[in-house]
Amino acid sequence: MTDQMLMLLTFLIPFFGAIIISRLDNHPNVRELVTIATATSLFVVVLNLYLNFEGSSIIPWTLAEPAEGLAVTFVINKLGLMFALIASSLWLVTSIYAIGYMRSHEEQNQTRFYVMFAIAIAAVMAIAFSDNLFTLFIFYEVLTLSTYPLVTHKGDEKSKRSGRVYLGILMGTSIGLFLFGILIVWQLSGSLTFTEGGVLQGHISSGWIAGLYLLFLFGIGKAAVMPIHRWLPAAMVAPTPVSALLHAVAVVKAGVFALLKVTLFIFGPELLQGSFWYQWLIFLPLLTILLASLVALTRDNLKERLAYSTISQLSYIVLGIMMVNSIGMFGGALHIAMHAFAKISLFFAAGAILITAHKTQISQLAGLGRQMPFTFGVFTIGTLSIIGLPPLAGFWSKWYLIMGGIEFTGAEFIRWSIVSTLLISSLLNIYYLGIIPLKGYFGTSQDTQPSVGIKEAPLPCLVGLAIPAALCIYLFFHPEPFYSLAQIGSQGGLEPGSSGAQNE
Amino acid sequence: MTEHISVLLIIIPLLAAPLMVIINSPKFSWLVSLGVTLVCTYLAYILMTDIQRGSEVHYAMGGWAPPWGIAYLIDPLNGLVTFIVSLIALSTIIFARKSVEREIDSHVIPLFYAAFLLCFLGLVGICLTGDIFNMFVFLEISSLSSYALIGMGKNRRALTASFHYLILGTLGATFFLLGIGMLLAATGTLNMQDLSMLLPAVENRPLLHTAFALIVVGLALKAAVFPLHLWLPNAYTYAPSTVSIFLSATSTKVALYALIRCLYDVFSFNYMLDSWLPQALLLVGTVAVIYGSWLAIGQSEVKKMLAYSSVAQIGYIVIGIGLLSDAGLRASLVHIFNHALMKGMLFMVAGILVYRLNSTRYQSISGMGKRMPITFGALIIGALSLIGVPGTVGFISKWNLAQAALAQQQWIVVVALLVGSLMAVIYCWKLIEILYFQPATKSRISKVEQGGDSVARMPVGMIVALWSMALLCIYFGFNTELTLQGAQLAVDALFATREVLP
Repeated sequence: MTDQMLMLLTFLIPFFGAIIISRLDNHPNVRELVTIATATSLFVVVLNLYLNFEGSSIIPWTLAEPAEGLAVTFVINKLGLMFALIASSLWLVTSIYAIGYMRSHEEQNQTRFYVMFAIAIAAVMAIAFSDNLFTLFIFYEVLTLSTYPLVTHKGDEKSKRSGRVYLGILMGTSIGLFLFGILIVWQLSGSLTFTEGGVLQGHISSGWIAGLYLLFLFGIGKAAVMPIHRWLPAAMVAPTPVSALLHAVAVVKAGVFALLKVTLFIFGPELLQGSFWYQWLIFLPLLTILLASLVALTRDNLKERLAYSTISQLSYIVLGIMMVNSIGMFGGALHIAMHAFAKISLFFAAGAILITAHKTQISQLAGLGRQMPFTFGVFTIGTLSIIGLPPLAGFWSKWYLIMGGIEFTGAEFIRWSIVSTLLISSLLNIYYLGIIPLKGYFGTSQDTQPSVGIKEAPLPCLVGLAIPAALCIYLFFHPEPFYSLAQIGSQGGLEPGSSGAQNE
Repeated sequence: MTEHISVLLIIIPLLAAPLMVIINSPKFSWLVSLGVTLVCTYLAYILMTDIQRGSEVHYAMGGWAPPWGIAYLIDPLNGLVTFIVSLIALSTIIFARKSVEREIDSHVIPLFYAAFLLCFLGLVGICLTGDIFNMFVFLEISSLSSYALIGMGKNRRALTASFHYLILGTLGATFFLLGIGMLLAATGTLNMQDLSMLLPAVENRPLLHTAFALIVVGLALKAAVFPLHLWLPNAYTYAPSTVSIFLSATSTKVALYALIRCLYDVFSFNYMLDSWLPQALLLVGTVAVIYGSWLAIGQSEVKKMLAYSSVAQIGYIVIGIGLLSDAGLRASLVHIFNHALMKGMLFMVAGILVYRLNSTRYQSISGMGKRMPITFGALIIGALSLIGVPGTVGFISKWNLAQAALAQQQWIVVVALLVGSLMAVIYCWKLIEILYFQPATKSRISKVEQGGDSVARMPVGMIVALWSMALLCIYFGFNTELTLQGAQLAVDALFATREVLP
């Protein structure tokens, strides 16, 4: 089987899986078995792609070409492979977790849930392997539409309202700004293919670069740079597995992934480095990091606090991308992976707390850690990884982000702002996330609950909790898979490891 | 053979229509209409491909050589439009049988089909003719028959809608006729090719300007270009479903064709450039896009929503014409084709709703998405196409239009396009949300005879017509050879005679 075939399978498997699942409404056990089987085979395929990557042929595969030069094309690429690897492995984990969660929470419409989930994953795979901006845009929209039923899963008035906010913001920004940006790029350069070094070089006057970049920065609403962030907290009405996989990993990472692709292969680092106004845009992610952390402090709803934490962490990645030096971008790309594993552990823990103890507010969690030691243990690991302490995977990405900030070539003032923001935000992280396990283990609740002994979530949930937490630790010692993939292809000469700290 | 096709396209329906009235049997009329449209579609296809291969057809009616006799002149432009009209007519007839049986009293069904064929013939005639007065005649044939068709709607408001349309339509036709009269007075000819050669030399400029204004306004009224669109929403809403399908997909498009023909061919390019018209068209189109979409959002009835969306979509076509460039005109022509496909399909969905639920109000269809998956699956494709999602025809036309506008740095137009798409998202999503994410209300099915199985089952003809249109919407979203290149050829042909290009 050729690599191209394998690549096609990555979106065909979940797509056909979705069709089969939709026919199994009356057989919940078979349906879940099919989900797991689909997720497993997808993971195996992506793993195969990764293992064969060095020797694989990188020939683009075109599905259709609706207009001259405007094709739906896919190609295997490093960054895409990294994204696909994260999403597919975590889909498997989430599927296991979801079975326990959805059943013990007695959710309605479970078939629709699994179907739309599989379609969303298919869209994510297509985004990962898209070869041009046009293809990416199509599946970006597919992803938005397919996650809407998941957000409004509950079907009550509140979730519908949140669904409208979700759809309104994501669709509005993508059509109003993202598509506008794509149109301008096409008009200027006549090409949308992701090309090393960018396609805009020599086609745009330097005054306009910052403006055009702003269209993309806000247009890719999934990256949740303030003020385009409102949809993410709104999406938290969804069931926890959705929040965990889609709104901490797949959807939001699709946003930053798109931005990374645009920055690298449409604008090109050189072009951006030469623009004066562009560097001031860096304050947008910087402000987002700080503001979102501060907002997170004020939220008492656990999932909402995690959502704001996600917003702030996403801006780390955006920041890394916007530094446009190789180390910063490497850190940003690495953070896509590292943050994914940490954040999904946190969400899983939150879900486990919800279905076991039926608590959603942080203020109610006091003492619960003694009842659910395993869940809170995982939560602690996730928290520490987000903060960026060794020996957890989050350390690496934060390390390179700060290195990138130090090597930033723009104005001095901006450089120090970057570094100090990163440090301050780490402190804020410690406070707004760290307080939760502390409260769980050592707090005493007002309404003194008689100690009921250890009462954890159902087994599938525990399995789901254990895997990402274990990965957080494992990836600290062996980050090589993501190291090699996150190395930005375009910058061949600059090895990120050369700055001293590569763990080999 | 090819040259005779052009006249056969007119003669076949013309002979068939009275035949149906004489035989007076509903089933027979439907079969004849099916046969006629089938043959005409085939002929139109041959004609179009022949023309696109480079042959140009001049057909002198009755052997009278132009400019004295009536000449049919077929170039890639009208070849394309004729094919669209025939294709839509064919799928409408396939769709029509059961729907007409439900909505029209059985003793007028033959008359209905006869009027339908006359309307079809009129529209084809407008496309094919090379004589401007002949164009007026065909315009009247199609309009008169469409007044009758709209008036046959079950709802009594159909009569008001039809009357409203009658008055405005006649007004438009009169303007057009006056304009033609002035052109005749100025040049002494009615042949369009002749006119285009003689007009630049006309000394009486005020007369020419008046004729120009009258013709433009008259045709714009027929094409329902904002702000002359007032007849359209009610006419489409209260007409029998079959009629709304056919008219929404073809009649305004053909009027737009006539407009393009008169603007670019009869009056020369330079004449247009000197006038206020391009700016006015851009302005009017932009406003139409926003205004139509805005009103579509506020509707709570499927047909009316679609009608206002048509007003917006016509705005896109007008923008393309107003851009006065190769690319803009091409986008317009592609959108004429694409919009015919998707709007025809969406009105078919409305027709099925009328057939099965006897209502198209939002409240009576809530939650029906799961119960009628075939119908609403097509509706979603149509809605995505209206929005302009890649992979559907709607995207192709919007992309081309946006490129054309960007090339001329018409930023306001580009923004209007994007805002229009966003508003389309809103009005389509409103519908999808009602269909899929709202609990099914107790279905208020009324006026359906007891024991009828119409709610449970859908006629095969409807499914076939609906889904072939839906699949075409997708097919032409990926394979644009026929549409884009056809449009390109048409534009080339229009510009070939004019050496000046802006």
